[in-house]
Amino acid sequence: MPSIPMNQAIREALHEEMARDSSIFVLGEDVIAHGGPYAVTRGIAEQFPDRIRQTPISEAAIVGTAVGAALCGLRPVAEIMYVDFITCAMDEVVNQMAKVRYMFGGQTDVPVILRLPSGSARLIAAQHSQSLEAWFMHVPGLQVAVPSTPRDAKGLMKSALRGRDPVMFIEYKRLYSVKGEVPDTEYVIPFGQADVKRQGEDITVVASGPMVGKALEAARILSAEGIELEVIDPRTLVPLDTDTIFSSVEKTNRAIITDEEVRRGGSSAELASRIAEECFDYLDAPVRRVAAADVPMPFSPVLEKLAVPSVEKLLAAARDLVA
Amino acid sequence: MGIKGPTTEQLLDMYAAMWRIRLFEEQAEYQSGQGKVLGALHTYIGQEAVGVGICAHLTDADYITSTHRGHGHCISKGADVRRMMAELFGRVTGYCKGKGGSMHIADFAVGMLGANGIVAGGFGLATGAGLAAQVRESGQVAVCFFGDGAVNRGPFHENINLGAVWRLPVVYVCENNQYAQWTPQEEITLVTDVASMSSAYGIPGAQVDGMDVLSVYQAAGEAVDRARRGEGPTLLECKTYRFHGHNFGDPQQYRTKEEISDWSGQHDPIQGLGDHLQREGVLTAEEAESIRNSVQEEIAGAVRFADESPYPGPEELTRDVFSTPVA
Ligand SMILES: Cc1ncc(C[n+]2csc(CCOP(=O)(O)OP(=O)(O)O)c2C)c(N)n1
Ligand SMILES: [Mg+2]
Repeated sequence: MPSIPMNQAIREALHEEMARDSSIFVLGEDVIAHGGPYAVTRGIAEQFPDRIRQTPISEAAIVGTAVGAALCGLRPVAEIMYVDFITCAMDEVVNQMAKVRYMFGGQTDVPVILRLPSGSARLIAAQHSQSLEAWFMHVPGLQVAVPSTPRDAKGLMKSALRGRDPVMFIEYKRLYSVKGEVPDTEYVIPFGQADVKRQGEDITVVASGPMVGKALEAARILSAEGIELEVIDPRTLVPLDTDTIFSSVEKTNRAIITDEEVRRGGSSAELASRIAEECFDYLDAPVRRVAAADVPMPFSPVLEKLAVPSVEKLLAAARDLVA
Repeated sequence: MGIKGPTTEQLLDMYAAMWRIRLFEEQAEYQSGQGKVLGALHTYIGQEAVGVGICAHLTDADYITSTHRGHGHCISKGADVRRMMAELFGRVTGYCKGKGGSMHIADFAVGMLGANGIVAGGFGLATGAGLAAQVRESGQVAVCFFGDGAVNRGPFHENINLGAVWRLPVVYVCENNQYAQWTPQEEITLVTDVASMSSAYGIPGAQVDGMDVLSVYQAAGEAVDRARRGEGPTLLECKTYRFHGHNFGDPQQYRTKEEISDWSGQHDPIQGLGDHLQREGVLTAEEAESIRNSVQEEIAGAVRFADESPYPGPEELTRDVFSTPVA
């Protein structure tokens, strides 16, 4: 299997599906020049010149026109340069895109994908480093995908491109350049299927995005101490594969939820309460969360390091749980 | 109705201020290459005449809002280059204790309400500053700096209309450097003369050569006076050009080397003012050199100050989220 970085994996999914489905249309700021800041859409203009457009700095118009075009036969994939700028299009996301199907009694599909570079990277501070999964999860009608590997990113993007509902596709900027093996044969990864990244008996760690890699690193370290983590990546937060998560907790009797969102009201809060509700009888200890500090992302490297959840924090939480 | 000035003293101040911006930015790029300046860096090199020509009409009591390309606005408004450089270095002595960085410098003491990582993020803040000045009858003016790219976001329309209908003391200053990141203006905006959009809001519009600080000074004087007289906003467009990439490290595949060297060779705002002052007999070549040198020393001092400053301590992580900490 070839090993490629995540930005290339997403690019391949777009290319392959655009060749299959002529209704797929790409739009966003600077998506032709350089293929966007992370080069995800590079090369599409050469291969599909009529199916990619570079937009003005107009996030509300980008999302709004994507929704309108989706109602009328296109399958738009819009890049919002940084997820932080989705704030500029929240009416279009929350009141239009998410609600159109239900509000109109199921008359229409809304196949829009919003690609959302997220998380901390390169010290770009408070307005360019956020993780907003929980906001999107809170709006009925939005699916939320959070790939952690190139393989998952490609397979999930392919599913998204064949689906009928809006997808908030969270792309962690720090993961774009991380390589991983991707099958060279056709595959898709369905939404709502968690992946058990590592099996273990002692603690279930539900990790998403960049925390998957950190959880696996913590697992290696703890294994030497005789603590075995089971690392589960939900891959999509909506829909959520509760079966896989709950049966793991029933086995390990302990759970840690970890992601890079700020902790208060983060997706970890939803997952933790679902586990508390459904697995109460199986839990030997309270569910723990390891997430970002409840602060806007600070610029200085010494502070950013403290704000973002670390392997050390995971180790401490795990040791504490089995103590 | 002509604008008086600038006086000789103001001219020399403007000349020094433009050098201060230029050399600060050059040093910031150098220090970024050295790994000392961290994060994204968008320099103001080439656009110095705009910030300087406009802020020459403002006092510390007046307000400005800024953009991701904000260092020039800070310096024009009188911010201290030492605390600016320390902020770029992520140090606790920086304007924002190292929490903001290059894209988020603010100095409320001199009326600089903050650089902004969100394109068009400043429109509301400037319009609100104008509202506060009007309600308090303080005579203050607010200037909103924004790029040609920001024109295509909703806040441009909503705030200029509001400023116009309430006759707020605001000057909306478009720095039209003809590119939004990597995209040429004409690919994303049919009306490339932004000043002409003023007619949509019923306010005056003016367009000036943003590479000529004296033209900027004249036009800004009229707009600021009008705002102070209570007659409402002006949309002032300064045609300009950034000599360096969108950010430090930008390979600039979207424009030609010839275009860049035409602008930097023939329209350099600092050289333009320097030549003018020498022709007028206000400044000798030696005096020009000595102004540049003393600014150079000031910037070197700023780097030393930044480099010797400590990083913020861990207690700063959760401080300043609220006025008093909450659980
Ligand atoms: C709402 C929003 N969308 C996109 C961006 C990314 N971005 C930062 S600067 C920039 C270009 C801005 O162009 P312009 O307003 O002309 O300012 P200039 O860089 O030319 O000074 C873009 C697209 C952003 N920061 N905020
Ligand atoms: Mg511009």
